[in-house]
Amino acid sequence: MADSVIYTNQLTRKFGDFVAVNAISFEVKRGEIFGFLGANGAGKTTAMRILCGLLTPTSGEARVAGFDVYRQNEEIKKHIGYMSQKFSLYENLTVRENIQFFGGIYGLSRQELKNKTEVLIERLGLHDEADKLVGSLPLGWKQKISFSVAILHRPKIVFLDEPTGGVDPITRRQFWDMIYEAAHDGITVFVTTHYMDEAEYCDRVSIMVDGAIAALDTPAGLKHQFKAANMDEVFLQLARGAKRSDA
Amino acid sequence: MKTFLSFIRKEFWHVLRDTRSLVILLGLPVAMMILFGFALSSEVKNSNVAILDYSKDETTRLLIERLDQSQYFSVKKHLQSEADIERVFRKGEARLVVIFPAHFRADLLHSNYVQVRLIGDASDPNTSNIVINYASSIFRDYQNELTENKKLPYSIETETRMLYNPQLKSSYNFVPGVMTLILMLLGAMMTSVSIVKEKETGTMEILLVSPMRPLLVVLSKAVPYLVLCFIDVIIILILAVFLLDMPIRGSLFLLLAESLLFILTTLSLGLLVSALVDSQQTAMFLSLVGFLMPALVFSGFMFPIENMPLPLQIISNFIPTKWYYSIVRAIMVKGLGFSYVIKQTLILVAMTVVYLTIAIRKFKIRLA
Amino acid sequence: MSTVRVENIKKTYDKGTVIALEEVSFEVKSGELFGLIGPDGAGKTSLFRILTTLLLPDSGHAEVAGLDVVKDLWQIRRIVGYMPGKFSLYQDLSIEENLNFFATVFNTTVQKNFHLIEEIYVQIEPFKKRLAGKLSGGMKQKLALCCALIHEPKVLFLDEPTTGVDPVSRKEFWDMLDRLKARGITIIVSTPYMDEASRCDRIALLQKGKILELDSLEKIIARHPQNLYAVDADNAYQLMKDLRLTPEIESTFAFGEEQHVTLQSLLDGEQFLHQYLSNLGHTGLKIRKITPNIEDIFIKLMLENQ
Repeated sequence: MADSVIYTNQLTRKFGDFVAVNAISFEVKRGEIFGFLGANGAGKTTAMRILCGLLTPTSGEARVAGFDVYRQNEEIKKHIGYMSQKFSLYENLTVRENIQFFGGIYGLSRQELKNKTEVLIERLGLHDEADKLVGSLPLGWKQKISFSVAILHRPKIVFLDEPTGGVDPITRRQFWDMIYEAAHDGITVFVTTHYMDEAEYCDRVSIMVDGAIAALDTPAGLKHQFKAANMDEVFLQLARGAKRSDA
Repeated sequence: MKTFLSFIRKEFWHVLRDTRSLVILLGLPVAMMILFGFALSSEVKNSNVAILDYSKDETTRLLIERLDQSQYFSVKKHLQSEADIERVFRKGEARLVVIFPAHFRADLLHSNYVQVRLIGDASDPNTSNIVINYASSIFRDYQNELTENKKLPYSIETETRMLYNPQLKSSYNFVPGVMTLILMLLGAMMTSVSIVKEKETGTMEILLVSPMRPLLVVLSKAVPYLVLCFIDVIIILILAVFLLDMPIRGSLFLLLAESLLFILTTLSLGLLVSALVDSQQTAMFLSLVGFLMPALVFSGFMFPIENMPLPLQIISNFIPTKWYYSIVRAIMVKGLGFSYVIKQTLILVAMTVVYLTIAIRKFKIRLA
Repeated sequence: MSTVRVENIKKTYDKGTVIALEEVSFEVKSGELFGLIGPDGAGKTSLFRILTTLLLPDSGHAEVAGLDVVKDLWQIRRIVGYMPGKFSLYQDLSIEENLNFFATVFNTTVQKNFHLIEEIYVQIEPFKKRLAGKLSGGMKQKLALCCALIHEPKVLFLDEPTTGVDPVSRKEFWDMLDRLKARGITIIVSTPYMDEASRCDRIALLQKGKILELDSLEKIIARHPQNLYAVDADNAYQLMKDLRLTPEIESTFAFGEEQHVTLQSLLDGEQFLHQYLSNLGHTGLKIRKITPNIEDIFIKLMLENQ
């Protein structure tokens, strides 16, 4: 547990009678890319909200970046990054303004912010676009900027909620290059996706079914365990057995 | 027709399931009426008055008695000198001080002219204006009685230490005002917001790709608001009559018919807005700034139009609320019949037709 | 016999500054299941909106069931079914109420065309009193499909019906489309998921308003032979970096646990890659020649068009 950035034990969240997350236990190590899969309605979003400090669990334990999800959710928010497909950047601000704004939220100093902004624009190759409105850029670029912004304050862990939905195949892979780089630098990556090939890029993958974790292993281990050729088949085998189906 | 009816039924579901909006729709008129009603009735009734009487004769005693007997005042204190005036105001013991000069009765009978001084507590200018106005009218009534009996022009001048406030309103003015505002707000805003919501959530996209004429879609959305606005009119009238003791002097039927006409005007304004904008926020903002503000300023309810500079007076003619406000006042307060409001009615009809025509022509049968 | 005919359709926004579609032409045959495949911003939604009479093209000509999308809009609106990309039903109405409402919009009743939707509807029927806003993603999608089908459309336009949907529900959805196709309904569906290409009769690969390729999946793959290898090694991250260093390799992209490596066409890749990577100290090497899949081809076409 010493080196784990996320630790959960019997973590449960109920909404009335409905058990959205049912006693899940897992650990994620520092610098790991952890794939968090599951069918729609399996409880992924609820679990992720708890880990981001946005929702209090009903019972069980969970620590994120060393902080307790019951008592220290403000501390958690300071030490994580978050990016989703739905909300990423302000469309009516420029690239530069967005970077500065989100950097500012995490309390970077003025000078630090200025330097980091320029470094980031340089690295993304966005010199010509830095002063364009984000709304005018293609989705793939937005997602890359959005990811860079989410890790600007060097969080211990970054949560990515379906970051590549609808992105073209080349940009999608460039995005994963960035994920690898971040993980290489010691940032833990917690990612959900509906692209099963992306599940293979993860160090370890968990698959949620009906609120519980039905399987958790490396992609190779899972394929071996379920005698499947790829992650797609693994997922189908597990999710088809779901009772709390989407109907 | 069956399709249209099922549309209307669906619109009622929308309205009835949105409890929060429904509370606003039906609660707002009640809240406004009670607020205005109590603000006026409790504030000014039984205001404390202090008297400084240098004359102490038969007439001043009579006048003091009349002040005390009226529902607006109760005489609480008799002062000895002008030095006491500030003290009673400071302590909040009186809203008004009435000063009768020496030889009041003698001067009135011999020179036919006498002056009463009314001093109000101007820290609350609205209330003291009202108070002074009531007091002045009591003296005026007495003066009229004298004149009638003796066929002589007696004159009691009331000299006040504040400027006479021309905006002074009685409760008769705000009921028509509230009706006008509520209908404008709900009719134009709620309708446009509910239509634009269909654009925003994307349901309009599906409706457009159907043989249903989009105009029919939009008209059916206006129907529940027509009903709700009409219910609001009735709520306001009931509250006016039973809570504020305000009689409806003219024909109730005419009043309701004119209200229906004005509701149609506001609904067509709402349709016009919804044809022009694409987001609920814009619709709301446009309704508030574009309709509610002018309605407030130019209806004559808050600020008298006669006192405005000419350009603003001209602008006010294009604001539908001004005409409806004048119709309601004519029927409710003055008890006039249809022949006196023909002009206003025709103007409202014309406005409605113009708004509707533009709304229909601007209405898009495609997305862009 | 073509049900949809698109000729040189062009569409721009913001006074011509943003190009959504550049002179696009294609035909969809009657009874075909046709896929428009491309990423966000490829122009899929613009194309759908033009074909469903929601938008006017800047230039060009398009027909649906022999009707002009500009002139015959009311006739077209009677015969097409449309499911927009965003969930567009009334969230504050129940499943039943939504369905009944859309039936009346099209001057029909649920009973009359129940046979068309029965198979899908029975799956959501137990929840028919539930408000649409309270449904899960897969249920919403099924309800939206029912609503689009309720008037027995000749042509069905589905704009990204499977976006954001998990793989299991996606498979089920495509199974439903197969059954609808069997009833003779022409279906045009767009998707950003390349792997769904295999479920379509023919596909158009769309990128930045241009059609990169158009044919059946097999024919497209046959048209684009590549000297392509799947490579795997113990250290995947290092492998990816090393493969980018040598000029003999035209491109390399991650595909699941493997890298798909395109080599210059004359090279014997297996031998070359083995030697090159062993020299760099890689262990656990697995190298095999593969035929490209649709995503390989899409990437190749994107690179060629840049």
